[in-house]
Amino acid sequence: MPVRELTGEQLAQRIDQSVPGSVERWEGNTVWVQPSRISRVAQFLRDDQSLDFQFLNSVSAVDLIERFDVVYHMTSLRHQHTGVVKATVYGREDLSLPSVCQVWRGADFQEREVWDLMGIRFEGHPNMKRIMLWEGFDGHPLRKDFL
Amino acid sequence: MSFDSRFRGKDGGVGGGPLHSRTWDIDRNEGASIQDLKDTSVEPVDEPFIQVPDDLKGNVLVTSVDALVNWSRKSALWPVSFGLACCAFEMIATAMGRFDIARFGMEAFRASPRQADLLIIAGTVTWKMAPTIQRIYDQMGDPKWVISMGVCATSGGPYFGSYSVVPGVDHIIPVDVYVPGCPPRPDALLYGIMELHQKIKQYRNLKRPPTSVQMTKVGETAAIPATGESERS
Repeated sequence: MPVRELTGEQLAQRIDQSVPGSVERWEGNTVWVQPSRISRVAQFLRDDQSLDFQFLNSVSAVDLIERFDVVYHMTSLRHQHTGVVKATVYGREDLSLPSVCQVWRGADFQEREVWDLMGIRFEGHPNMKRIMLWEGFDGHPLRKDFL
Repeated sequence: MSFDSRFRGKDGGVGGGPLHSRTWDIDRNEGASIQDLKDTSVEPVDEPFIQVPDDLKGNVLVTSVDALVNWSRKSALWPVSFGLACCAFEMIATAMGRFDIARFGMEAFRASPRQADLLIIAGTVTWKMAPTIQRIYDQMGDPKWVISMGVCATSGGPYFGSYSVVPGVDHIIPVDVYVPGCPPRPDALLYGIMELHQKIKQYRNLKRPPTSVQMTKVGETAAIPATGESERS
């Protein structure tokens, strides 16, 4: 059975029904949600029977100079479909976002990696510290303005 | 059990909070030592030379002793089982039947550096790994040799200038033989090992040691400088 890719519109409708006001916009296969609500949205995406995103493929981040997009790729192994959710945080300093560690434990190391390389903190993460570089390293090397 | 109970101690975190807050000092000390190593290791280390004590200089040189000692050292060069990246797989392939490192008496990859003579740096050396490599090198007993395998270990290779990669393992420990390649084929590693054998054969163990060992092609007779105060060991 081929893996279907849910469109951003489908995801946005389902998310908006359950967590009203959390969707910012959608485009293609992606839906942008309010960063402050990402934790509740994640809970809904995992627990909803028809979406059933039990598996979090990855948490990553994109540096877009004036803002950062934090990207969540998810898969439902039961329904064989995938979805992409993004949350945008603005600025360069003291960035933070609620953690989805309580929803998917696989987010633990991935969020630490985003903090290590991109410098976005995740509030509520049980062990928020650098994962690959050493403590005391200056800066976050995957940012566009590093070096 | 709460979600982050696994991050807490047996007392549920009452005594000092979550684990990461109690291990914070360890992380910071480790980070400080790595940063210190990075800041101080800016120049490559020379090849290792060992001063000969004065009371040994008057000793009678018996060439057959050198030949015997060197032959025994080169014929049972035990490497540490230590791989860092993809080069490690070529090193493993070298140990397998097709290339068969056992022909050189080297099949005994030791799990403990204290039992080994040869450290093959097989792969990219990151600054976070650097203190560990230094410690493994320090734990090996003399005489000991180091082969830098692949361009990453030799100069940083494709990662040269990276924030996290050591620009050549010779910034941290002395290196005897460099093997180029990305990764080097097992043949290349074997060639490097044979070059090291030639090098070991040229050592003077008691008197008139060479100041520098000139590398020659395998099979040729080595030219040994006859002057000098120090000795390779």
